[in-house]
Amino acid sequence: MSAPILEVSGLSKRFGGFVALDGINLRVTQGERLGLIGPNGSGKSTLVNCICGTLVNEVGSVHFDGRDLTGLITHERTRLGMARSFQLPRPFLSMTIADNIRVPLLYAVNAHRETRRTEDEIVARCHELLWLVGLAEKAKQFPRDLTQVDMRKLELARAMAVEPKLLIADEAMAGLSGSEVTDIVNLLITLNERGITVILIEHIMSAVMKFSQRLVVLVSGKKIADGPPDTVIRDPEVERAYLGQ
Amino acid sequence: MSFDLLVNALIAGVLLGGFYAAVTVGISISFGILDIVNIAHPAFVILGSYIAYILNARFGLDPVLVGILVLPAFYALGAAVYQVYYVSFEKRGKEALSGLAFFFGLLFITEVLLILVFGVDYRYVQVAYIDANFGKFLGTTALPKIIAELPMRMLVPCVMSIVMFIVLLLFIKRTFIGRAIMAVSQDALALQLQGASPVRIKRIAFAISIATAAMAGAFLIIIQPVEPSVGREYIGRVFAICVLGGMGSLTGTLIGAMLLGVAESLTATFYGPSWAPAVSFGLLLLTLAFRPSGIMGR
Amino acid sequence: MKSRNFILIAAIVGAALFFVARFGALSYGEYVFFAGYTVLQYVVLATAWNMLGGYTGYVNFGSAAFFAVGAYTSVFFHKLYPLPIPVLVVAAAVVAGLCGLGMGYLTLRLRGAFFSIATLALAVVLQTLVVNWDFVGGARGAYVIRPANVDMNWLGETVSGFIAHNLISNYLQYLFLIMLILAIGAIATARAIERSMLGFGFAAIRDDELAAEASGVPTLKLKLIATALSGAFMGMAGAPFPYYISFLQPSSAFGLEYAVNSIAMPIIGGTATWVGPLVGAILLGTLQQVATVTISSAVNVLLVGLLLVFFVIVAPNGLVGVMQKLFRGKPGAQT
Repeated sequence: MSAPILEVSGLSKRFGGFVALDGINLRVTQGERLGLIGPNGSGKSTLVNCICGTLVNEVGSVHFDGRDLTGLITHERTRLGMARSFQLPRPFLSMTIADNIRVPLLYAVNAHRETRRTEDEIVARCHELLWLVGLAEKAKQFPRDLTQVDMRKLELARAMAVEPKLLIADEAMAGLSGSEVTDIVNLLITLNERGITVILIEHIMSAVMKFSQRLVVLVSGKKIADGPPDTVIRDPEVERAYLGQ
Repeated sequence: MSFDLLVNALIAGVLLGGFYAAVTVGISISFGILDIVNIAHPAFVILGSYIAYILNARFGLDPVLVGILVLPAFYALGAAVYQVYYVSFEKRGKEALSGLAFFFGLLFITEVLLILVFGVDYRYVQVAYIDANFGKFLGTTALPKIIAELPMRMLVPCVMSIVMFIVLLLFIKRTFIGRAIMAVSQDALALQLQGASPVRIKRIAFAISIATAAMAGAFLIIIQPVEPSVGREYIGRVFAICVLGGMGSLTGTLIGAMLLGVAESLTATFYGPSWAPAVSFGLLLLTLAFRPSGIMGR
Repeated sequence: MKSRNFILIAAIVGAALFFVARFGALSYGEYVFFAGYTVLQYVVLATAWNMLGGYTGYVNFGSAAFFAVGAYTSVFFHKLYPLPIPVLVVAAAVVAGLCGLGMGYLTLRLRGAFFSIATLALAVVLQTLVVNWDFVGGARGAYVIRPANVDMNWLGETVSGFIAHNLISNYLQYLFLIMLILAIGAIATARAIERSMLGFGFAAIRDDELAAEASGVPTLKLKLIATALSGAFMGMAGAPFPYYISFLQPSSAFGLEYAVNSIAMPIIGGTATWVGPLVGAILLGTLQQVATVTISSAVNVLLVGLLLVFFVIVAPNGLVGVMQKLFRGKPGAQT
């Protein structure tokens, strides 16, 4: 069917004597909605960091769109079309909301295209992205004025500005209320319908089940399950290691 | 290359290294463990030297004794400085630029105040043993030549530095507060769950780091005469040793200090003393460029 | 306002300033130009420091090193083959810029704190090298005799005569003019950076370097650009210095007051925009000129240190930040 947009092969990562990730294999097809779950400390964020280049794995490889990412630094991977949002939102505090979107727009997209956008086009695009996540009226405000859910929407809008082929949403819904969670899930589904592959890392099971077409479970640095959501959550090992808590 | 010259240079380097460890241990605590870039540390050391000078000139007290006497005062000073730092920067999350500028300002203010009060002349202490060597001090001729000829003004600070070092190591490993200090850099939350306040632990640690400066200052003025700008030479040395030894590792600090002491001594003996300042800073730059985690790296 | 217009207005203001100074010199003597040169020099240093420290958040403690590199480049050529000052300025920019690039390459991949410590290290290493380098005078110092007037014969008799009579009467005024042009250049560059894509990249690095990388910003490359630019301008500020002071010693070229002032002036003025360093340099520079003459140079430098610590604790956004709070009710980023 579709070619794998992301291929992680035998990826391992240690911190001193501690093995954070042990031989992870993961294949994500284009356009997929993948859910990644696991207890705290299982290595989910470490895996994201290795895929994005923030951490360097000692063993194994990451292929994106057929290309080996070994040796590429984070901003280079972003420019290839890989975006991530952070677990704890990391906005640019000294800039307006609109300018927060402008930075990835300028650097991930504008910088290396043959046809660069003009100033008007950039402003229009910033607004378009803000409208998409529902932050259009707050364009001239500052991150410190935003609510929790708005900050997370800003995180996602910033990731979208990169014009990604793959979006990794790292616990984008932690601490949000039920309706806010639904908001974000619907937003992610909308993005996926536009053709973006989305990997959702989350603890909130209702969101994970609603969103995922496929579910992967990580426990203590190892992948213990990988398949359709309904099958995976009934897996006794998964129940024991994670859901039984 | 004369063998005697080499041996003397090595011995001098080791003695110097012991002293450098005493100067650096404060930075190992404040920067290595607490992650506070206290570049004003050498200024506190020089302050300690000047206090030793005053009390020695007026009352004839031995500098080491003075160092011990003013420990509580320096401890209080350290606690006060940390409090200002915490309230102004750490709490607000604006550590980086402002914190650095703050300590740089302190460094600068201390140096200029010392210039205003004492002038730029070199100051030194008058101590009975300062010109003697070990053999003469003990009054025997029974020692082997190498040991008998060890200069007291280098030997005393080195020995006392190592004593201070051992005391600190024991404190860190054997007491609750000591272990809490090591832990606070890695897991403040766990500490809170145990009922200890991370802020209080950090304040104690920082206060201890400044207290060590009092002793280090006393040692310094035994080794060499001081004037206000001497502190700046030590900035490179302490950070070079701290980084070289591996941040936060006290044992690493001792090893790094010995290495630097020997390197400087060899350079001074064979290339001339005017190149000595470049050794520490050059070593720092090289370490940062090629092995930033240091020898005992975390 | 477009950059072109800004430079035009700045040039007009600068020209006016020059003529005011000439007029002032009639009453107060050449001291006006002496003091003015120093203040302008600090405008360049403060603005240069801020390109790196204020915009990207990486603190340089070794401003004196880059300043001295510029000064000693001049001394080097003076001993080798005297060149006109504008050429020396360009040479100084290249040498100092390369130093910045080299140091940055070694240390910018590490945390900001390590970079700052490394800048201190660089200053001492360079000073030791210069002290041991006899060709440029070493510890003894170097004499650089200031010519009585600028060599303008290549302009022809009438033009050079007109200039010498009405505009630049002596070499000191010529130096003042050069520093004035450098100040305008530095400010115009800083302002252009702020409004450009580069400025957004710098601000992103300052606010959150990790998020900047994730947004596609090539952080190392931008930091290297900032370090090289900052170093180059500081070097340019140092290039005319030997001619200004006539006798250059390492202790004066590498003087601590350059490091403190280049940090204090932007922080006190305000690090967010090009206005802060200008305000800080003019205020503090003038204050120090007055204090040096009336009290003593040690006390005036102490005041700078105290003000720095005060502002860093109480008003971290500087005077510009305070003004913004008073007049707008909320500090915001804008130009």
